[in-house]
Amino acid sequence: MCGKCCQVCPTGALAITGKQVTLKEVLREIDKDSIFYDESEGGVTFSGGEPLLQLDFLSALLKECKDWNIRTAVNTCGYASHDAIAKISDKVDLFLYDIKTMDEKKHIKYTGVSNKPILENLKRLAENGSNIQVRFPIIPGINDDKDNVTETAEFVASCRIKNISLLPYHRAGIEKYKGLSRVYKVKKIKTPSDQDLNLIEEELEAFGLKVRIGGG
Amino acid sequence: MNERVRKLREQSIKTKPYITAERAVLITRFYEGDVASHVSEPVRRALAFKHVLENKKIYVGERELIVGERGPAPKAVPTYPEICCHSLEDLEILSTRKKMSYAVNGETKRTYKEKIIPFWKGRSIREKIFSEMSQEWKTAYQAGVFTEFLEQRAPGHTALDNKIYGKGLVDFKKDIARSMQSLDFLNDPRAHEKMEELRAMDIVADALICYGARYAEKARELRKKEKNHVRRKELKKIADVCTRVPAHAPRDFWEALQHYWFIHLGVITEVNPWDAFNPGRLDQHLYSFYKKDLDDRTLTKENAKELLQLLWIKFNNQPAPPKVGVTAEESNTYNDFALINTGGVKADGSDGVNELSYMILDVIDEMRIPQPSSMVQISKKTPDSFLKRALRIIRTGFGQPSVFNTDVIIQELLRQGKRIEDARNGGASGCVETGAFGKECYILTGYFNLVKVLETALNNGLDPRTGLKIGLETGDPTKFGSFEEVFDAFKRQLNYFVNLKIKGNNIIERLYAERLPVPFLSLLIDDCIAKGKDYNDGGARYNTNYIQGVGLGTITDSLTAISYQVFDKKQITMRELLKALKADFNGYETLRQILLNKTPKYGNDDDYADNVMKAVFEAYYEAIEGRPSTKGGNYRINLLPTTVHVYFGRVTGATADGRKALEPLSEGVSPVQGADKKGPTAVIKSVSKIDHARTGGTLLNQKFAPELLADEEGLDKLAHLIRTYFKLDGHHIQFNVVDAETLRDAQKNPEKYGDLLVRVAGYSDYFVNLSVELQNEIIKRTEHKSF
Repeated sequence: MCGKCCQVCPTGALAITGKQVTLKEVLREIDKDSIFYDESEGGVTFSGGEPLLQLDFLSALLKECKDWNIRTAVNTCGYASHDAIAKISDKVDLFLYDIKTMDEKKHIKYTGVSNKPILENLKRLAENGSNIQVRFPIIPGINDDKDNVTETAEFVASCRIKNISLLPYHRAGIEKYKGLSRVYKVKKIKTPSDQDLNLIEEELEAFGLKVRIGGG
Repeated sequence: MNERVRKLREQSIKTKPYITAERAVLITRFYEGDVASHVSEPVRRALAFKHVLENKKIYVGERELIVGERGPAPKAVPTYPEICCHSLEDLEILSTRKKMSYAVNGETKRTYKEKIIPFWKGRSIREKIFSEMSQEWKTAYQAGVFTEFLEQRAPGHTALDNKIYGKGLVDFKKDIARSMQSLDFLNDPRAHEKMEELRAMDIVADALICYGARYAEKARELRKKEKNHVRRKELKKIADVCTRVPAHAPRDFWEALQHYWFIHLGVITEVNPWDAFNPGRLDQHLYSFYKKDLDDRTLTKENAKELLQLLWIKFNNQPAPPKVGVTAEESNTYNDFALINTGGVKADGSDGVNELSYMILDVIDEMRIPQPSSMVQISKKTPDSFLKRALRIIRTGFGQPSVFNTDVIIQELLRQGKRIEDARNGGASGCVETGAFGKECYILTGYFNLVKVLETALNNGLDPRTGLKIGLETGDPTKFGSFEEVFDAFKRQLNYFVNLKIKGNNIIERLYAERLPVPFLSLLIDDCIAKGKDYNDGGARYNTNYIQGVGLGTITDSLTAISYQVFDKKQITMRELLKALKADFNGYETLRQILLNKTPKYGNDDDYADNVMKAVFEAYYEAIEGRPSTKGGNYRINLLPTTVHVYFGRVTGATADGRKALEPLSEGVSPVQGADKKGPTAVIKSVSKIDHARTGGTLLNQKFAPELLADEEGLDKLAHLIRTYFKLDGHHIQFNVVDAETLRDAQKNPEKYGDLLVRVAGYSDYFVNLSVELQNEIIKRTEHKSF
């Protein structure tokens, strides 16, 4: 794709999402906000897509950030090789780590892959002493059943991870799907109610987990 | 709030503002009389003041504890015909305009027709001003290059320090007597002039003492008729308080509030000062009274809060004096911009937040009335808990308090040469204007339309709206070979118009000094008594004149577009661009879209545009900074618009940033509406590239939907954002928390709301980028919040 049409489209109605950037360019962009990190004790989050798919670039960026004393977080689905994760784990201040469902069959059905390596990686990271915030998307009718909630809590607690975020399913992706000319298959699923979320929160808290609602 | 406050608040909100001819009649009667023609100008003004206070109606309302109204009753608005005299047509417009109207009854109109207008026709300051201005000035003024603040309201933009809390007017009289005694009639050629001014001050001090006594008398009178024993006690207390103040220094919290209120009424009865006269750092001034009364157990926290709330209602009972002429139609606010300061630092530089600062925030939160306006001063020493208490009020969408950076205010004042303790005791008044409270005469002289100046440069001195020549011939822009030539033409026009404005100001300033001295305000501002000089004549310790630049975002983006598209990328020729502007982009929509979407914009932390902004800032600063005023002070710049960016937009044709003719300009130092697309942190970074310390105030507006700030985390983030902006030396920031109606408007007119952030679900996004479905969901959610 040459993207010429987007360059000339005067209204910006045609636009390419994403662009090639160099390490320096990303660092310059990060640096622009660094004064805010000082105040908020925040930092930069690498998310995606899946940042581990660009492992070398990510690793180089993380190293630079470490050198510049900028705090980093990596938001990952965890589906990667041990080596890949090991390569960056010492350079990451915080992992935002998704657990979608504990049920392997369901995991394969909805994501196309097994959850085994994901859970295994999480365990190792935790043993390695990494700082981890588990992220649990709550998708009504798919992974919000009591069994899954309990299993998730048990697993997270067994890894001695304290923090978990509930990410209520939202429909903001519909536009993106349209843009990609893809069919949005789960149209019928509703956003979970506050009440449902509170119930799940209580269940997780019973395992000694610190729960927050929303990704923030 | 208790029953008393609730009832009085309701009365204040529900009573429709109306015009009273009371003051106009009294003033006219005085000026018609013999005495007026036999005395010096300051004494004439003083005697006129005395005449009004001795004869105006005294109002002590049911349930009131703090007393005093400028008019005969709450929401009655007097007029000031000696400054600007309303025509019958003005009164008609004011009473019939759709928004913010003032009722005018038949009797008032008749009085105006028969007495006021015939006497003042040709004699008001306003008429004098216009008759003294040059043709060039008038042409530029009519074209909308600048406005003139003093054409219908007197100078007086100032706030008080703590001096009145340790002094009654009797003590001021002693100071006056001392100053009189020290006059040297042998060696000082101006000794006589000074004597007259001091005499005038002495007269007005007596006048206010007498005014207070009239309230005491009225309360005693009412007490005689009152049957309810609780109210009888209250009336007795009111009588006692008004016997003590304003003649003598207040001894307790109640007396301090009443003392201030009498003095406030004095200032706003003497003239219609522009604007914003207010107590300044109220939490600092009142704290010692509060503390002492609580310790003595003569006051409870509830009493203190109630009294503060009653003072708040008093402010709200005094809508701004209505305008005349064109502005009668345009100016849509009752607000007189009294801005109560809380927080900040003490004279010794330590943190100023105290228990009363929090109580004042509670009062603001509960009262929810437009006047007085309020702000918090945040220094690096201010505790987060105070900032967050303020943010909890802000997030309710009430628009108050606004947030100021104490450390930069101090830098600004020090840079202007003020003493460190005067700077620390200072703050901001009006919208965002920096001042050394109680010691400075700082005058906003008018708004300056930066965008119109560029338009004039791009039209070789002509106003394309009227075809009239309003500026210099700076050359045919199609022949300019570089951006520097464009910028140079802009600078030459800028200097021309600034010179015109200052020439006019110098005349107007003298007119006020000679014809409209303000002995009462002069009493209150150091060092008028010591110098024997009027506030309007340079009596204040510090004298500053401001010209407020408007349209920084629009002019930056317009110049950026010329630099980027015409000279760098060579995408568009100057000829084509000028044709498109002339046609208001009709037939040039593609070009307009390129200007809107494919051109760097201020507000995105993009140095290309931000450097242009800095160049505009420097040009404006250089044109004005340090120029002498007739008061022995200096001109400075500030950057704020109130609502004039709408008027300036209406007189300015299409601009090179893609803005259509007649649309509003950008406001304050905010980016063009919707042009900032990289989030609030990028806005803050861009705006921080302004050297705020070299201004006397800048205004930054940010728009958020309420959900963004719904939880503690949201508040924390906002607090971090503010702290970072202030670390970068930003002057002021205010938050517009939008309502569902605004969101619906954004849905219909996305081009105006490109910058509106909303909370989607655990994350935030620009509202206009969301699907209609999601937008509706957010609108619904916003409606459900009980703001």
